[in-house]
Amino acid sequence: MKDLRHHFETPLRTTAFHDRVAAANVLNEWAPWAGYTTATVLEDAETEYTAIRNTASLYDLCPMIKYRITGPDAVDYLNRLTLRDVARLPVDAVHYTAWCDDHGKLLDDGTLFRLGEAEFLLCCQERHLPWLADSTLGFDVAIRDATDEIAGLSLQGPCTAAVLTEAGFDVSALKPFRIARYPFKGGTLTISRTGFTGDLGYELWIEPGLALPLWDRLMEAGGYCGIRPVGSAALNLARIEAGFITTNADFVPADQAVREDRVRSPYEMALDWMIDFGKGHFNGRRALLKEHDTQSSEWAFVALDIEGNVAADHAILYDGRDREIGQVTSAAWSPVTKSSIALAHMRRPYDTRAKGGIWAEIYALRELHYVKLMMKAEIVARPFFAPPRRRATPPGRF
Amino acid sequence: MQSFDAIVIGGGTNGMACAARLTKGGKRVLVLDAADRPGGAAVGGDPASGALQMPLAHLLMMLDPRVHAGMDLDQHGFSYAATDLTTTALSATGDHLVLEGPAGASVSGSLSDADRAAWATLRKRLLTYAEALVPFRALTPPRIARKAGNDMLGLAKIGLGLRRLGREEFREFLRLFLINVADFLEDDLTDDRLRGVLAFDAVLGSWLGPRSPNSLLVYLNRLAGEAAGTRAALALPKGGMGTVADAMARSTAASGVTLQSGARVERILIEDDRATGVVLTSGETYRAPTIVSAAGPKQTLLDLVGARHLDTGFVRRTRNIRSRGGAAKLHLALTARPDFRGADLATRLMIAPDINTVENAFNATKYGEVPERPVMEIVIPTAHEGTGTDDPHLLSAIVQFAPHDPRDGLDKARKQMLANTLNVLEDHAPGIGGLISERELLMPQDIEARYGMAGGNWHHGELSVEQMLFLRPFADVAQYSTPIAGLWLASAGSHPGGGISGAAGWNAAERILSGVAA
Amino acid sequence: MSYDAAIIGAGHNGLVAACYLARAGLKVVVVEKNDWIGGAAVSRELHPGFTYSNCSYVCSLFRPEIMRDLELPKYGLQVLPYEGGAVFTRDGGYLAIFRDHDANRREFARYSPRDAEAYDRYSRDIMRHCRFIRPLLMRTPPDPATFRPRDLAELAWLGRKVGEMSESQICDMIRFWTMSISDFLDEYFESPVIKAYLAVSAIIGTALGPMSPGSAYVLLHHYMGDVDGNVGAWGFARGGMGAITQALTASLRASGGEVRTGKGVEQVLVRNGRAVGLRLDGGEEIVAKRVLSNMDVKRTFLKHVDRDELPPDFTRRVERFKTRGSSGKLNIALDAAPHFPALPEGAPMLKGDLHFTDSVERMERAYDDWKAGRFSRDPFQDTMMPTMIDPTMAPPGKHFMSCFIQYAPPKIDGRDWTDADRDAFGQTVIDQIAEYSPGFKDRVLHAEIRTPRELEAEVGLTEGNIFQGELTFDQLLFNRPVPGYAQYKTPIRDLWLCGSSAHPGGGVMGAPGRNAAAEILRDTRASTEMREAYAVV
Repeated sequence: MKDLRHHFETPLRTTAFHDRVAAANVLNEWAPWAGYTTATVLEDAETEYTAIRNTASLYDLCPMIKYRITGPDAVDYLNRLTLRDVARLPVDAVHYTAWCDDHGKLLDDGTLFRLGEAEFLLCCQERHLPWLADSTLGFDVAIRDATDEIAGLSLQGPCTAAVLTEAGFDVSALKPFRIARYPFKGGTLTISRTGFTGDLGYELWIEPGLALPLWDRLMEAGGYCGIRPVGSAALNLARIEAGFITTNADFVPADQAVREDRVRSPYEMALDWMIDFGKGHFNGRRALLKEHDTQSSEWAFVALDIEGNVAADHAILYDGRDREIGQVTSAAWSPVTKSSIALAHMRRPYDTRAKGGIWAEIYALRELHYVKLMMKAEIVARPFFAPPRRRATPPGRF
Repeated sequence: MQSFDAIVIGGGTNGMACAARLTKGGKRVLVLDAADRPGGAAVGGDPASGALQMPLAHLLMMLDPRVHAGMDLDQHGFSYAATDLTTTALSATGDHLVLEGPAGASVSGSLSDADRAAWATLRKRLLTYAEALVPFRALTPPRIARKAGNDMLGLAKIGLGLRRLGREEFREFLRLFLINVADFLEDDLTDDRLRGVLAFDAVLGSWLGPRSPNSLLVYLNRLAGEAAGTRAALALPKGGMGTVADAMARSTAASGVTLQSGARVERILIEDDRATGVVLTSGETYRAPTIVSAAGPKQTLLDLVGARHLDTGFVRRTRNIRSRGGAAKLHLALTARPDFRGADLATRLMIAPDINTVENAFNATKYGEVPERPVMEIVIPTAHEGTGTDDPHLLSAIVQFAPHDPRDGLDKARKQMLANTLNVLEDHAPGIGGLISERELLMPQDIEARYGMAGGNWHHGELSVEQMLFLRPFADVAQYSTPIAGLWLASAGSHPGGGISGAAGWNAAERILSGVAA
Repeated sequence: MSYDAAIIGAGHNGLVAACYLARAGLKVVVVEKNDWIGGAAVSRELHPGFTYSNCSYVCSLFRPEIMRDLELPKYGLQVLPYEGGAVFTRDGGYLAIFRDHDANRREFARYSPRDAEAYDRYSRDIMRHCRFIRPLLMRTPPDPATFRPRDLAELAWLGRKVGEMSESQICDMIRFWTMSISDFLDEYFESPVIKAYLAVSAIIGTALGPMSPGSAYVLLHHYMGDVDGNVGAWGFARGGMGAITQALTASLRASGGEVRTGKGVEQVLVRNGRAVGLRLDGGEEIVAKRVLSNMDVKRTFLKHVDRDELPPDFTRRVERFKTRGSSGKLNIALDAAPHFPALPEGAPMLKGDLHFTDSVERMERAYDDWKAGRFSRDPFQDTMMPTMIDPTMAPPGKHFMSCFIQYAPPKIDGRDWTDADRDAFGQTVIDQIAEYSPGFKDRVLHAEIRTPRELEAEVGLTEGNIFQGELTFDQLLFNRPVPGYAQYKTPIRDLWLCGSSAHPGGGVMGAPGRNAAAEILRDTRASTEMREAYAVV
């Protein structure tokens, strides 16, 4: 590593896959992600999205924040930290979880990988080292930011199992949320059947030095079906269809919110299914129990199907035409369901009782002018799109 | 096995006061004290220190009248050797200033008329403000939230009391509220001895210098105390401070409290998010639906409860309780009566020649260093008990400031602190060095080890504005209850702080008895 | 000559007040004792070819609403944001400050990965406190000791503001207001140099050390500013700080106001308890319906108002108002950019503030010197070269360096500063820079050394206090400058305070001047014209 003091010369760092992503990024469209460059669109967002839903796609996950948590008390520590019962997570499995502050407000969500009896990897959107470190008091556990140590690649799409088999990694027995390891060029490739698209897909974890050969192997193996590197725009569309939330898009972490009314509890983000009150104490437990017992949640998190074909990004929601009841956080025109879909915060009890109907105030920029649209919206089930292939084991060929 | 309604951890002043009040409320109470003799800071330490088994506290000035009366201390062997103690501001030249009456009601010695008049005005103002703050001491700190079950009547009375000061005095109170005591004194007084002794009184037991903002309020809090029924007075119990502890122990025993000494609690049992009992280091377990801890809040929450039962933010706030002890304690056995250049030894002797000396002594402490010229409050208990000139005497002194975390290590710092302290003493009582037969200096870390006070701070947490009232020890637990159902705090680390008072314990017991859920 | 308002002192607050009054249709004159305009916000050519911001040196607190109201950009005011900054450490290293969030995080992580991330929560918490206090700046503080409807309404407004916060947030705020910055930072950070960097704003201009309770509030006072919405950001006024007062003067003249320089005020003329004008040095009198003083409260009442006209209690309180100066200033013309071997070549850190104090302890020790009545032997300095960004202030390749120094007491060991003291003070500062920049001394073309003595003599700041009064709670809000007189009014009818001695205090902010003007216009509701003008304010 060169002189650390010179870091400022490259305020945005490149990832282990950068050379390949850059070569594919013919539009040269980049954005920052946690201090790294990430491609927003490489060639054409719609085509990239189609690869996710039709064949196979590759997305560079390296900037995802990863904390390695090890030590004899790792399970107890994580049980105190997060909402779900970590003792029930088997080795070589993954679960989606979230964690709260004292007031039971969300700090972040993420995926927790159990790599051994006492070894975990926590992947999330935001940085939490002080919180994780301060939570270690009384636990024999070590925390390390492992973001730079592991290169992550998301391989998503109906053909991805076939592509991996073609590449020499037989994943036919790998069930959703399970982990398997494969030798690769003298190193170890870790594959988890996880993803952010709601489709069949895998996430691949490798030491950075082997990142480019892995990329090349996958591109070669997937050549037959038109495997395609994709940017964050395509991925975001797929994740909205899958009904997944993104930190700082769908909620503000409690330790970042300047405005106190912006924070949300798991009940208010429809993550209450994670809460395991029976496992003993965990951060926010008392506040959440009280919220549960007194039914004091102020917000609901809902999925909306909105009339028309204009994406309702950041639309204000109304009961009838004038009572504000919520805000859209993520929205898109969904190609696969052919509808305008949205995720939204809605003030309770309007999620069950909007007498005048739910209306979305949408501003569509049309030839330099905003056109204001008041569109009828309807609460629907999440996910918007959930093909059976995503869970089939063994997975299909396409 | 006998069953109890409540277990009180710690048999110091607050623990016993709390137990007594709970018993009055009809509870069967068990008090567990780690020491061999209950009383906490009011009793002497290590029996190995021979003649020097002197308690940490050496004067009474904060004893809560509710505790005094409620525990019938006078019926249990408590009486005063001296009330309304006089203070002597020692001068190295023998030109002492003598402050008689509570908070120096009259001053004798060479003091200018202007200063005399100015001090009379200042003193009146200070006592007026202190009086307005008195009702706070007996109150559970209010919560800031609406509908939080505050004692609105009590608060309204206090508010009215402040407004009754009149417009100008109320304005002046708002101005002086957070001012530093040095500016306050220097504005009106010119005499160094007077300013020095007042400045030192203000910062006694705190981790503030006289030039630190907020130091006047700490002084007001001190003046809001009382002894023998007189506001802002100082007193000495007959037979030494230990008799307060003994009287309290006798009173609690007489009222049916079970008091067990030598019982060190290792942890608090928590089952289904409720405190249900305690486990001793000996392995014994006691159970009760209410557990009250008169151990300091840091120790209670981090050691006895344990972080895993608490939220991370709460643990952060617990660790952030500032508890720097700034005072050392000197104990001397003297072969004969010392001579402080003619000063009356049956007074409180203060070596604090001027504000800057006090401030400079504090400066060193900020960096973990030992001050060159410490300041001190000296009590010679034997002088109050009619001990003769050639008889052995005992000397007790609070010496400030001493580093709570000495940069060069404890042993070196203690040695240097002792040497510097004796040097200053020698200047004021020439020849005293030759009279010393035994000596003991407790640095803040020694005090922590002996009395379990975090950082060696007497109050189990600094008594400073940002840790007072509803911020004491911190906002989440300022009403004596904790997030763990059935677990309560009752140490000096809670409102209104320590100083052989019992107020925190008494308040906690009243809160528990009020039926508010923990 | 008769005026609606005569303003004593052409500092930024006096000019701001004058501008608002002139825009409201009042006939206004500003009287300035110096030959130049600007008070402590000046650009002066003290060495040929070099423009010095020889008093205040950075701009961020100046309220954007004032800039907009008075059209200052139109009259030439431009604010340029800093591009970096650095703290040099004793071991030959440095901590740099970057505008880019990730660069800054990586830089902090060189010292502590935990601190690097803790900084985000710290910034969030500071921002929360700023959001509460910022609206208070532009409002007249209520008097909590009266039952006047306006005061009660204002108190109720404050109560509502507080009530909008959660219980834990209110408690956090009270703690923050009463804590020392050192204790506060300890709750977030472990790295001494990071803490030293962040503690800076809590001590600048104050007679407090970083371990003094109440210093955390001072940090807020410096963070309430913003550059184009970046709260807490700092910038340079293009052409030096005089650009602010020059733009104000131009704005004032455009509204028909006058500024007269070169003659100071000898006495405020008071008749029947009302201020009726000014007598200038030399005896000339100016008749005015009201007088505004941009001088500090001590100078105004103890030197320029007949004591007999004042209630004794008021005078006593003014005498007790604390104005102990704590800072000095070096203004240096450099032949070439100084070289700092610690910094990587081409580093952007020189385009911002440079510090040489790498621990809170060193700052506190510097403060201990001040308390003992001597200037700091190891001073803290906030040093910068505006010419790294602003091309107008020095010839190409050459630089103007501004060094703000703490601590410098108003008196040395109880006696006045001498020239020898001043020179020794200057030498201490230059030696400190030279420790980190070999060859620095050879590049110095000219240095102006300013101690509290010079600040008092030239700018008129009593005891050289740059805030016209210390910023401790006993002198803030309704206590500033004197309880009962915190609303810009004084015991003398038609005599007003409009300088930093009044709420919200010092810094080149303009708020006291603007608030005073608003109070005056509120007070003179007689004419319709004025009512309209009041609406403008």
